Amino acid sequence: MIEIAALTKRYGERAAVEDLSLVVERGELVVLLGGSGSGKTTTLKMVNRLIEPSSGSVRIAGRDTRETSGPELRRGIGYCFQQIGLFPHLSVAENIALTPSLLGWDAARIRARVDELLELVELPADAYRDRAPDALSGGQQQRVGLARALAAEPAVMLLDEPFGALDPLTRDRLQQSFRRIRAELGLTALFVTHDMVEAMLLGDRIAVLQAGRLVQLGTPAELSRAPANDYVASLMETPRRHAAAVDALREGA
Amino acid sequence: MSEQLALLPGYLTAHLQLSLVALAIGAGVSLPLGIWITRRPGLEPGVLGLASVIQTVPSLALLAIMVPVLAGLGAFTARFGLELQGIGYAPALIALSLYSLLPMLRNTVAGIRSIDPALIEAARGVGMTDRQCLLRVELPLGAPVIVAGLRTATVWVVGTATLSTPIGATSLGNFIFSGLATRNDTAVLVGCVAAAGLALLLDGLIHALEVGVRDRRRGLSAGAGALLALLCTWTGATLALPRSNAVSGVVAIGSKAFTEQYILADLLARQIAERSGAGTRKVPSLGSTVAFDALVNGDIDVYVDYSGTIWATIMKRGELPSDRAQVLAGVERYLTERHDLGLVAVLGFENTYSLAMRADHARRLSLTSISELARESPKLELGGDYEFFGRAEWRALRRSYGLAFRARRSMDPALMYRALANGDVDVISAFSTDGRIAAFDLAVLDDDREVIPPYDAIVLVGARLLRELPQVVAALRELDGRIDAATMRRTNLRVDGEGATPSQAADELLARIRAEALPDPG
Repeated sequence: MIEIAALTKRYGERAAVEDLSLVVERGELVVLLGGSGSGKTTTLKMVNRLIEPSSGSVRIAGRDTRETSGPELRRGIGYCFQQIGLFPHLSVAENIALTPSLLGWDAARIRARVDELLELVELPADAYRDRAPDALSGGQQQRVGLARALAAEPAVMLLDEPFGALDPLTRDRLQQSFRRIRAELGLTALFVTHDMVEAMLLGDRIAVLQAGRLVQLGTPAELSRAPANDYVASLMETPRRHAAAVDALREGA
Repeated sequence: MSEQLALLPGYLTAHLQLSLVALAIGAGVSLPLGIWITRRPGLEPGVLGLASVIQTVPSLALLAIMVPVLAGLGAFTARFGLELQGIGYAPALIALSLYSLLPMLRNTVAGIRSIDPALIEAARGVGMTDRQCLLRVELPLGAPVIVAGLRTATVWVVGTATLSTPIGATSLGNFIFSGLATRNDTAVLVGCVAAAGLALLLDGLIHALEVGVRDRRRGLSAGAGALLALLCTWTGATLALPRSNAVSGVVAIGSKAFTEQYILADLLARQIAERSGAGTRKVPSLGSTVAFDALVNGDIDVYVDYSGTIWATIMKRGELPSDRAQVLAGVERYLTERHDLGLVAVLGFENTYSLAMRADHARRLSLTSISELARESPKLELGGDYEFFGRAEWRALRRSYGLAFRARRSMDPALMYRALANGDVDVISAFSTDGRIAAFDLAVLDDDREVIPPYDAIVLVGARLLRELPQVVAALRELDGRIDAATMRRTNLRVDGEGATPSQAADELLARIRAEALPDPG
């Protein structure tokens, strides 16, 4: 569904992403995992051309992304990011309706879709439709952000640490909701995170990036079993190490 | 009060014509320019710097600079058949438009810059084009800051527009300038209150419109919007009416900003209307050299000037002969040959520069002449009008009498007399026919060495009047030699000391001229 081939982004001499190739199958969620500066966000943004690649290509459903204009391309791709970016001068419903209205849907269809999406992200439509984004909690805002990204029934979703700024309990609830929605809609998605637990929880496969290069791509089980290098190995160890540390503290108490 | 209020609709309309159009031009330039420089950050310091430089020019100076600039530009565009007025509406409009740029430009840039980058990313992420992002996200979110800039510019422009009066554009400043010059505090008050009220009204309407749109209060935004639209429509409709002299055949009468000039302008208007039947309009409170330039450019048709002023400031002859006839002949030749203007009447009185003191102060120091003043001058402070210290007369006075004052100050003529009366200065440059000399009980010091040249009051007319309206010229010639210095001083005192309006004083003067055939002076 998403075919990334030899994708490279250079800023002057420095390569943020170098020669990265990766395929996401239909209905699959691939996590881009890495530390800061690993090139995971740059890679994601090159898929919907928020960042233009220096070289290489991206094909979505068989079509090269350069065949359409950037704005037109992005209307067909759901995009959801950590800062959420809900427009404060628009209501919840107007925020969700943006892409459909850019695509010229008629008012009745948009209205029905907005209500459907609000229910999907577990915000009762009647209570939330006309609210101002500023009046919502962080978790509710990201549910609206997710609804907005899904509004025009995109073939592909790009998510850039969407739950990164939320408190642990809220994050947990949103992750559960997202898993359910994904299963319901059979979404194809690229998901950026630096959180190992989130990566294992949500990803069908995990692509580990290090200094702009793809180090290893595989299921969580494959990565744990046969890490490509020490970095991957220690990355895969972190959840267990944390759990052990937490257990030790609990027993000590 | 009622005479002042009768002038209010006209002045208010003219003020709106200046302010609203200047703001529209300012907004039309600064909004796109501001948006453009947010796309090209490298240009921002240059563009904002230039706008700041314009802003630092004092507003009165910026308005004054536009007169020669437009006159020069007009000479150029005339080759292509495009007439540009050197004084009046056009230069005032350009200066005010420039003046409105900075607050709107700066706030447009700041408004767009202040938007959270996450929102721009979200806008692009949902598939907006750059244009959609601008219209749907950046402008709505930047609007409060951008509108704040518009409101600042509105208050500035409405206030500054009062300063367009000296360059010949009618505004609420006409109340203020003529009121200051003729000691009419009511006029000053009416002008200030009206200008402040207009500024507050426009500011309030824009604010109400903004709040109405922001909070989606239909009634509020519709009400404020309707009122603003009404004002704009009124302004546009009145602007569309013909105003040019050539079209209307109306004689434009200029005057400078002091009592005698207002009275004489009213006198000329009455004389022209009654003796030739031509229509007249007044262009009052012009700066001294602006009036002459306006006559040359054909922006006004007639005004009263003084022979010595033309000789010294316009012709820039260094030495001033003290012989009246010689100066008059020289001035007339210059006007005819160099500028195609006519000197159609010598009114019969002189209004010369003189030095005046409070009568009691002069008595205490036993001073009656400038020679005697010279020995006391190191202990005294001298006040002069804006022109005085730059003029040949002052240099001649200083040189021949050896005057060396402790300090000297330039100030507005209207305030100079009060400063003298209050003892803030000891000696002032005064005009010999000024009614305030009697009103404030001042003593004029004798020019015992005859240094100050003659300043005959003369009626100057432009080329159009000479060619096309001989009956008007004939009406003006009837005034030749009909006003002596005592009569003029007494008439000035009616306004400066006794509270008559210039037009009442002019009526009295004209009645006197008609009733008694005054002896021909000199």
